Parts: sequence; structure tokens; C-alpha cells
Amino acid sequence: MQPGMLATIQDLGRYGLQKFGVIVGGAMDSNSLRIANLLVGNVEGEGALEVTLFGTSLLFESDELIAITGGDLKPTIDGKSVPMWQPLVIRKGSILKFNAAISGSRAYVSFGGGVQVPEVMGSKSTYIRAGIGGFQGRKLQKNDVFECNTRTESGEDLFNQLQKKTSYLSWSVHYTPFVTFKKTQTIRIIRGSEYERFDEESLKKFFSTPYTISTQSDRMGYRLEGQNIQLKEPFELLSEGVTFGTIQVPSNGQPIILMADRQTTGGYPKIGQVISADLPALAQMQASGQVFFKEVTLEEAQWALIHQEKEMNELAFGLRIKRLHQL
Amino acid sequence: MLNLLETIQIRPLSDSTVVIQVGEGINEATHTKVKTILNLLETNPFSGFIEAVPAYNSLTVYYSPIDVYFSNLDKGVQTPYEIVKAKILALMNQSNITETTNNRIVKIPVVYGGDMGPDLEFVASYNGLTPSEVIKIHSSTEYLVYMLGFAPGFPFMGGMDAQIATPRKESPRLAIAPGSVGIAGSQTGIYPLETPGGWQIIGRTPSRLFLPEQSPPTLLQPGDRIQFVPISLDDYTKDFGVKTWE
Repeated sequence: MQPGMLATIQDLGRYGLQKFGVIVGGAMDSNSLRIANLLVGNVEGEGALEVTLFGTSLLFESDELIAITGGDLKPTIDGKSVPMWQPLVIRKGSILKFNAAISGSRAYVSFGGGVQVPEVMGSKSTYIRAGIGGFQGRKLQKNDVFECNTRTESGEDLFNQLQKKTSYLSWSVHYTPFVTFKKTQTIRIIRGSEYERFDEESLKKFFSTPYTISTQSDRMGYRLEGQNIQLKEPFELLSEGVTFGTIQVPSNGQPIILMADRQTTGGYPKIGQVISADLPALAQMQASGQVFFKEVTLEEAQWALIHQEKEMNELAFGLRIKRLHQL
Repeated sequence: MLNLLETIQIRPLSDSTVVIQVGEGINEATHTKVKTILNLLETNPFSGFIEAVPAYNSLTVYYSPIDVYFSNLDKGVQTPYEIVKAKILALMNQSNITETTNNRIVKIPVVYGGDMGPDLEFVASYNGLTPSEVIKIHSSTEYLVYMLGFAPGFPFMGGMDAQIATPRKESPRLAIAPGSVGIAGSQTGIYPLETPGGWQIIGRTPSRLFLPEQSPPTLLQPGDRIQFVPISLDDYTKDFGVKTWE
């Protein structure tokens, strides 16, 4: 394989150990990862490949059942365009390549049976700084070889059905309830714990002007560039828990959104918190993309997530029906 | 017996976390309450509870709003947040809560100064002390681990003598060796992993702080008391077979 910009193995994260300072990690766009796994008959939290931007290529040494979801990174198989958001069989000797970031910034490749790497502390997610999880605790490098586990019963059924087909499937998942890929997006947030401590002028600017995602952004955090945000008066905050989507404002006034590989605790004042339902769309934004923040209530945030989950359950059910009806 | 209800406040951090605020500032009484609440939550998890992360004067409780919602469909229009808040308050309202205590003392061997502690001289001169006085002060106090964070197994400790307090370096080092013992302001800490950092490094321990193959995966736990024990470089290399003096 060729690693490209960055390719790591991720699942839905490593929970239960944050009190020891062990980060959660996991897929940046968890919805795309879940759908990729559902498409190949895996449990939705199975380990899959997270490919960032472009340049990654994989040589398959056996026929495999896969699905590609997430951002459109112009995937090809042996140079020919390949559809996303549907299960397919890739032949032994074929090369899957990600050529260019057309929209979004991360694609997910699921493998029938899942990637065969050991679970470390309950997860297959790669924790690069600690050198654990994923593929030998690191990002993938040239010539790395990994294997897939045995397909599940439904995965095997899908594999057999797809092997008989002479073309790709005519359907694909309608993904807009789960993730969007626009260059400028409105992201919904609830008020952060220290919201009241910011001056009114700053709060007005925060909600009315766009913030640009800087090139200094990665899986740990998105650094934003835009109107300066100031506190009414300086104050000392003791370190406390932070989470995916927490928007912190350090003393330079430029917000940082904490992402999948965030630390477990932080001490900067928090102006806002991205709602869970919008995290996948945020995680797909590229550097130079623009974000507008829109305030919603906690109640709206929770119903949005529950609604999305119901859509996910319906999708899982729909995919099962498709398989039982020969795709 | 503890009355927890009077001292706590619950607020949302996100749609999937709540913060239980416990008092103000950094002190042992608050720390004991934090540990007691952590223990209560972990031994009586509500459905949808994922984990709780203790800090100096708060705990952040992670839950699945989905699981809370689907396991409380009878609660009608209540949001998962309201359900979780009520469950936590009910848990704190028990009459027979006893304090969770921990009397563990962990000794941390440290080689002070030299290449292992390149900033020892600076810490000494900054405070008008000799290096051996800094070592004596640093290793004669007992430190309380309030919380872990920043990196796996990194202890946030209290109890350092103000005589050796030293500001952070003006420009952080790009890589600090694992086991490095440092001072930043009035805090002291130990780096579990190689990371960039701005602390004044006064020594290094051969003890491993992050143990991913073990459960729990860290040498130190919140509530532990730490004693630094000065050792020689010979002891460091002899006992641990590590070649580090280059």
C-alpha cells in the first residue's frame, strides 16, 4: 500500500479510560464509518480504514467485500471510477486508489469481517501519540500488509451475491441525513460552560461572521481564523473534562474546536459546543472551509441526535431487506 | 457521612456529557468528594452511563443520549439530559454515603540534574537555592494526585513547596523524554510519553507511568500520594538496564 496524506485504522473510539488520561480517538466522521460497516455486514463499530485527502492506495491480495463512504476523494479501482456508499467486491490484484479531495476530507473503507488488528484497551482505534491500537500503533506506511477477519454470515451472503453481478449496484445509500460535504456549512452549537464570561460584542461576532478552518487543523483539533473573541475579564479556569466538539478560546482570541483525538481535559474557556448530530459534517470540512455557528438549545441538540439515530436504524433495516431481496 | 447534594451543581457540557461541579478551588476536601462521586457512579451506573472523568473540582459524566432515551421511553417528553440529571441527583441523595478514601503511597525514583534534569540549575538559581537544596525540597514532600490528564498517566499533583516554583520555559522543547520530572509554576509533574512541553525538567524517573498492557493502564491513580526518591544515575541504569547517558 501507499499511505498518502494520512491513513489510520479507526473504530468508534476507546471509551472508559479517560479518567487515566487515555484519549477516545476513533473515526472523525463516525456516521460514515458506521454506514461503511453496515454495508458489508459488519457490526457498525468494527475497525475500518480512515483515509485523509488523497494519495492512499491499496493493493488487494485476495477478493474482498468492501464499501467506501465519507468524503468524495475520487476513488478508483485500477484507474476506473468506483461508486461510493454501496457494497462491492474488489478482485485480487486490483488497486484501490484515492486520487483527489473533491468534497469532504475523509473517506472510510470497510472490509467484510473487519480489519484484523488486535483490540488494545477495548478498541482498534489508532492512538498515534501513545503508539497503541490500529496497525502497530501508528499511521499506515508504504508496504504495510493487513488482513481481514472472516466475513459475518450476512457479509458472506453479500459477497456471494455481488460476485455473480457483472456491474456495480444501481443503488447507493442516501447519506444526507448523516453527513454533508459543503465548503461553507452552518454548524449547530449549544452554549459552552463559560459562554456568559465572553463580552457581548464577541458573542455577536461569533454568531454572525464566518470562521475559516486553518491549515493547522488535524484529528486533534480544528483551529479557526476569524473575528477575535474576548472575555469580559480574565479569569483562571481549572482543568476539567472536554469532549468532541468543545469550542475553546485561548487568550489569542481565535477559537479551537476539539476533535476526535482531543486530550481528555482542558483549561481554556469554552464558548460553545458543537452538537453531536453535526460533528460528522464538521469533521468532513477541509482547511479553508468556512463555518457559521448557529445556536440551538440542548433539547434541540438531543432530539436531532435521536432523530439521526432513528434514521440510522431504518437504514440498517433497509440494508437487511435489500440483502434478503438479492440486492 | 457526606452531604453531597448541598455541594454539587449539574450542568451540560454537550448533548452527551454533564459536568458535576463540586465546590471551588483545589483542596483535599473537594478531592475526596470528587472521588466519592466517581465511586458512586461507577458502582451504580445508570443505563446509558459510559464513563466519568474526575478533575480538581468537577466530574464530567459521559453518557449515550440514545441509550438513555430508548431505555426511558416511559418518561415521555423528558430529554435525556433531564433524565440523567435526575438519576445523578437521586444517587447523591442516598443517606448512607461514605467517603471513598485511598491511602496508597507510590515512591517514584528520580535521577536529578545532569542530562536527566537539564533545568535543575535554572530552577535553583531562579529561586536562590543550590541544586541539592532543590532536590531536597522536591523529594521531601508528599504530593497528592488530584487527576490524570494531558497525556495517559500524567498526574496533576498538588503540594509542591513554593520555594521551588518556577515559570515555564519561554519556548517549549520539541521533545521531552518519557519519565521526565518537571516544574511549571507551582506545579510538578511527570511526562509519561515523549511529548513537546514547556516545563522545567529537573530529573527523570525510570518508572513507567503508562502501562497499556495492564489494567488499570497507569501507574498512578487519582488520590495516590507520591514521594520522589533521589537515585543515582548508576542505580537508574543498573536497576533498569537503560542506557541513557550519551
